[in-house]
Amino acid sequence: MTSKSRNLSIKQRGLMNFEAVMWIFTRLSALAIYGLILVGLIGALIMGARNNMNFADVMRWAFMPNITHVQSTDLQDLNPWASPFWKLTASALLLVATAHGVHGLAVIADDYIAGSGARKAVRFLSVLMMLSMMGMGLWLIWTS
Amino acid sequence: MGLKRNVSLSAGLRYKGPGAYLTYILHRIGGLGMAIFIAVHILAAFIGGRTGGFLNGIYENWAFQIFIFFCALFHAINGLRITILDLFPKLLEYQPEAIWIEWAVFIPLFGISAFVILNTALGG
Repeated sequence: MTSKSRNLSIKQRGLMNFEAVMWIFTRLSALAIYGLILVGLIGALIMGARNNMNFADVMRWAFMPNITHVQSTDLQDLNPWASPFWKLTASALLLVATAHGVHGLAVIADDYIAGSGARKAVRFLSVLMMLSMMGMGLWLIWTS
Repeated sequence: MGLKRNVSLSAGLRYKGPGAYLTYILHRIGGLGMAIFIAVHILAAFIGGRTGGFLNGIYENWAFQIFIFFCALFHAINGLRITILDLFPKLLEYQPEAIWIEWAVFIPLFGISAFVILNTALGG
C-alpha cells in the first residue's frame, strides 16, 4: 500500500495542505538554487576568475555573489562584480535559500520536539528567523 | 510535519532507519551546518566591527572551508538525488543504485576540491 502511493505522480497525489506545498517547494527551490549557483559560477569565469581567484574564492562567489566576497582577491576591476544584475541574483539566492533552509530547520525540529506548544514556539521562532535573515541579508547585499 | 507525532526527543535522536540512513543523517548534518554558518555569517557581517572580523577569520581558515564545502556539496548532490527521485516517482525503484551513483559523484568531486583547497592554503 505504502509503496503504491509512493509511486503515484504528483498530479494524482494532489497538493492539498501546507506540508505538501512545502514538500514540493523544497524540491523546486533546490532546483532554483542549483541554477543560481551555476549562474554565479559561469559569471565569475566570464569576468576573469580563472587568473585572479583561487578555488575557495570562486566557490564563495558562486554560493553568494556579493561584492564583499571578492574583495580579498587579485581582481583589478571590481565594478562588473557589483552590478545590479549580481545584486538581483544574490537577492534571489538569499530569499530562496533562506526559505528552503528555515523550513528544513523546522522539519528537523519537528522530528525531535513532540509537544504541540513547543512546536508552535518552533514555528514562531522559524518565521522570526527567516524574516530577520532576509532583512539583514538584503540590507547587506544592497548597501555593500 | 503533522502536529500529533508523539516521539520523544531521546527516541528521535536514537532513531536508526534502514538503507539510506547514512545519506539521510549526512543531509541533515550538512543542512544544519550550512544554516548555522549562514545565520552567524549574516549576523557577523551585519554587526561588523571586531566581532565580525573575528568570525570572518574563522571562515577563511582552510579547515573550516573544507568542512563547510563538505556540507554544501553533500547536501547539493544528495538533494539532487532526492529531487529527481521525488519528482519522477517511478525512479524510486532504483533508490540503491541512485545512492551508489551519488557516492561515485561525490567522493571524487569532494576529494579534488579538498585537495585544491589544502594545496592553495598550505602549498602557497
